[in-house]
Amino acid sequence: MSSLLKIENLHVNVEETPILKGVNLEVKAGEIHALMGENGSGKSTLAYALAGHPKYTITEGSVEIDGAKLNDLDPSERARLGLFLAFQYPVTIPGVKVADFLRHAVSNIRNPDRKEGEGLVPMREFRKELKQQMESLDMKMEFARRYLNEGFSGGEKKRMEILQLAMLKPKFAILDETDSGLDSDAVRFVSEGLTKLTGPEMGVMIITHHERLLQYNTPQYTHVMMGGRIVETGDASLAEEIHSEGYAAIRERHPEAAAEQEQTEALAQ
Amino acid sequence: MSTTTVAPPETFNQEAFEAFLAQRDDPDWVIDLRKKAFDIYNEKLCEPLDPEEWKRVDLRTFQPQKFALSSETPTGSKLATQLQNEAEFKGQVTHENGHCTLSQVDPSLAEQGVVFGDLSALVHTHREILEPYLMTKAVTPDRDRFSAWHAAFWTGGTVLYVPANVSVDAPLHSLIALTKAGTADLSHTLVILEDNASATLLEETLSGDEESPGLHLGCVELIVGKDANLRYVQLQNWNQKTYHFAHQSGLVEANGFVQWTVSALGAKLAHVHQDVVLNGRGSVGEVNGVTFATDKQKISYYTQQTHNDMQTRSDLLYKEVLRDKSRVIWRGMIKVDKKAQLTDGYQRSDALMLSDTARTDAIPGLEIEADDVKCTHGATAGQVDEEQVFYAMSRGLSRYEAMHMIVEGFFQTVYDRIPVEAVRKTLNDAVIQKLGIGD
Repeated sequence: MSSLLKIENLHVNVEETPILKGVNLEVKAGEIHALMGENGSGKSTLAYALAGHPKYTITEGSVEIDGAKLNDLDPSERARLGLFLAFQYPVTIPGVKVADFLRHAVSNIRNPDRKEGEGLVPMREFRKELKQQMESLDMKMEFARRYLNEGFSGGEKKRMEILQLAMLKPKFAILDETDSGLDSDAVRFVSEGLTKLTGPEMGVMIITHHERLLQYNTPQYTHVMMGGRIVETGDASLAEEIHSEGYAAIRERHPEAAAEQEQTEALAQ
Repeated sequence: MSTTTVAPPETFNQEAFEAFLAQRDDPDWVIDLRKKAFDIYNEKLCEPLDPEEWKRVDLRTFQPQKFALSSETPTGSKLATQLQNEAEFKGQVTHENGHCTLSQVDPSLAEQGVVFGDLSALVHTHREILEPYLMTKAVTPDRDRFSAWHAAFWTGGTVLYVPANVSVDAPLHSLIALTKAGTADLSHTLVILEDNASATLLEETLSGDEESPGLHLGCVELIVGKDANLRYVQLQNWNQKTYHFAHQSGLVEANGFVQWTVSALGAKLAHVHQDVVLNGRGSVGEVNGVTFATDKQKISYYTQQTHNDMQTRSDLLYKEVLRDKSRVIWRGMIKVDKKAQLTDGYQRSDALMLSDTARTDAIPGLEIEADDVKCTHGATAGQVDEEQVFYAMSRGLSRYEAMHMIVEGFFQTVYDRIPVEAVRKTLNDAVIQKLGIGD
């Protein structure tokens, strides 16, 4: 059975402010979805709400993976069910080596019932796999011994996210502007890295402003968010249209959503 | 100043002092020193404690009369520590309840003139080495009532003497244990490195069980000669019923180097003075501190980095993790003498709070009389960053596992400064055990 991520009528508040106002979306294993929208449309909110950030409260609707409801699960439980978020701004954890962090992560994802202190994946196997993945992402092994994201450049941090994706092999990966703030070489590395990882086993949602990432990873579906909802869904050509023409036409077609988005932005300022 | 007469606790009064002397077999020069110190102790008891120092460290629960010196020589319990298993040592000295139960040193070291053993025994055989330094330079009895108390009643302790130009490559081990409820340990650690000597001494303190109350009134004196190189580690891991008071001081001569690591994991109440005194031009002192306080522990460190000559460098990094209702106090002072130009003094304390109910006070200070120096100090205190926790959880780590990993990482940056693998591993494992991982 192919896996399904099902988002139904999702309403999310950030602190007290309603940001998502009824998002509906289904992603199946093997599919690539592009999620587009202007700043403030709710894309990143959707990403964080799916991953379970404590500041993002689901007030209505549901998220499910293969029928298991995520709403009341903590981020760790969601990850163990197969959800992965590649962060737009990866967090630095000083003193924690990349390899140690990943070994714990991999152990938990592959053995979802694992409790703290219980066995980790065997060191030899883990090392071998890590080395392979790092080589295929053209990363120096030295990174495994560095502290997680500490002193990493923007491109290195994003590549570290892709490495984690490669090691954790989630059912569903959300990439939150993984291409933002990168020079074109770095975008190429990230894009090619992602291409190597996608396949029939994984569903991918790419949140992006960038054409490059989608050129390498052609979406079957493009969704456009505005005012906390998905207002249009199309194929790859919709993403191309937005890249060349911007959001003006979409705003015109959805005046109510456009007005709501302006309101939310005004509230935020 | 108050003139009230305060009697010493009955376990440390005149009668107890005489009984203590009678029971020991000290040489006359030591007895003279003890008697002078006992007089100072009685004088100091009549003086009020420094209110600035003791307003943060509450002594009200401390009842010294509940602790006494143990006259029984222990039969030598099985006191195996992790550190002992982690490294190969070329000498070991163990004290239990104030009595030496083990003293051994590799013959190859003894051949080179290295002395490593029990202070109580060595005062008989090595007066010429000990007398110039035993509480005369680094820690003098008249500092306060605790130093005088210690000077009068010291029970024994570990001595390391390395002659000039001798390098002791393998580390040496010293263990101080309390295994009987109500016992006071007043062990004294004295390290003397002559010019161009080098050595590593790893010292541990521990309790035989979790419940027995104990008192440690310690003193550490480190004498580092010209071009000498000393690594000294003290891992304090008493049970949480033990009081720990100590004066610790290291003196470093020209181009000498001391790297001094302290860890405070145990004790009910710990109050330690740790001084690095850079007396010789070009001398260097590096200080590392690892403190992990839980439950109702109170741990206080008063550190001082004294620069008395030119081109000296001191570098202190303390990391403190607090949980539950614990309290940690760090007061750090850098003192630079008028003649100590071109010195570089650094001190930093970072505290990580795991509970809202824990409390930390960091009081960095500078007293600089020279005008061409570089001195930096800083202190931070904060809760665990929730964004770090979220990030780790989003990779499948449970909340506790994420917190624990962040704590280990927090300490890792101090471990990175400690070159002895056995110490890094022992410390990390002790922290993991205290975190309760897997419980």
